[in-house]
Amino acid sequence: MSDLNLNQLVRQAHERNDYDPLISLMPYARLLGLECLRLGDDAVFRLPANQDNIGNPLLPALHGGVIAGFMEHAAMLHLLMFMGIPHLPKIIDFSIDYLRAGHYRDTYAQCQVWRQGRRVANVAIKPSKPSLSPRHGRTSRSTSLESAVVPRSARYIDIKECEWMRC
Amino acid sequence: MSNTLIFERAQRFLAALRHCQVLGLQVHDASPLGLTLRLPYSPQIVGDPESGVIHGGAITTLMDTACGISTVCALAEFEVCPTLDLRIDHMHPAEPNRDVFGFAECYRVTPNIIFARGYAYQDDPAQPIAHVVGTFMRMGIGVAGDKQLKRDIQGADA
Repeated sequence: MSDLNLNQLVRQAHERNDYDPLISLMPYARLLGLECLRLGDDAVFRLPANQDNIGNPLLPALHGGVIAGFMEHAAMLHLLMFMGIPHLPKIIDFSIDYLRAGHYRDTYAQCQVWRQGRRVANVAIKPSKPSLSPRHGRTSRSTSLESAVVPRSARYIDIKECEWMRC
Repeated sequence: MSNTLIFERAQRFLAALRHCQVLGLQVHDASPLGLTLRLPYSPQIVGDPESGVIHGGAITTLMDTACGISTVCALAEFEVCPTLDLRIDHMHPAEPNRDVFGFAECYRVTPNIIFARGYAYQDDPAQPIAHVVGTFMRMGIGVAGDKQLKRDIQGADA
């Protein structure tokens, strides 16, 4: 996937308000079933309830690693979509706090870039309760859905010149 | 506990986790000192389609699972231990087309909390691709609803 193609895909996704072609490029995102919903200037990432993502068979609850992977990928997509990064950023570190189990239902996340430097970006990923209006085809019931955890941050390298941060 | 007993408990624990079956995780080694899981390389866990590098999320799942199951190495009886927090530092990307191993150990066990740490590697544990540290909550040995799971995981020795 060349930089040009990626840029083009991001631009097309914005124009058509359809992020599936961008997301479906990445096999791991397809495996989890990640989706992106555009709400005005913001993006909400959704992980639909999927049996294959269950970790705790008792509750049942999503695997903690799935929740982390979903949030990490949401942060990467957010950087691609809004921060003008022409290539896939590389993850440096990821930290997550689990406040309760991720119940077996749709899970949402939103991202906020705290800082984007020349080489490193710091992204916070928050659970979100999307207030989706009917025009998005959602019922008001979905507004009560929330994601499972509050993570802290993910840091990405956003330049091509280095493979990873030397620090 | 013998290595065989820990290995079998770890295998049954892993078998109960649906997403781990989807990823094809296997118990590679187990002893009272720690646990190693194997994540087979597969096209479905690729994060960068151009390079074929495994997604960081799959490594996180491997290491969360390794740390979570490593609690059986430290506890005489099976307990459900959900993750409280987890931090992962990526040293360098995993090499495509090769399996990833995840080692984890419990380095402090208190009545309520287990502190675990580990690393992911491919060929050489001295060249890890990621380091991880996390804390896990001990739910006690008599949590309602997990009796059957406990029997399943502890097996005949329960």
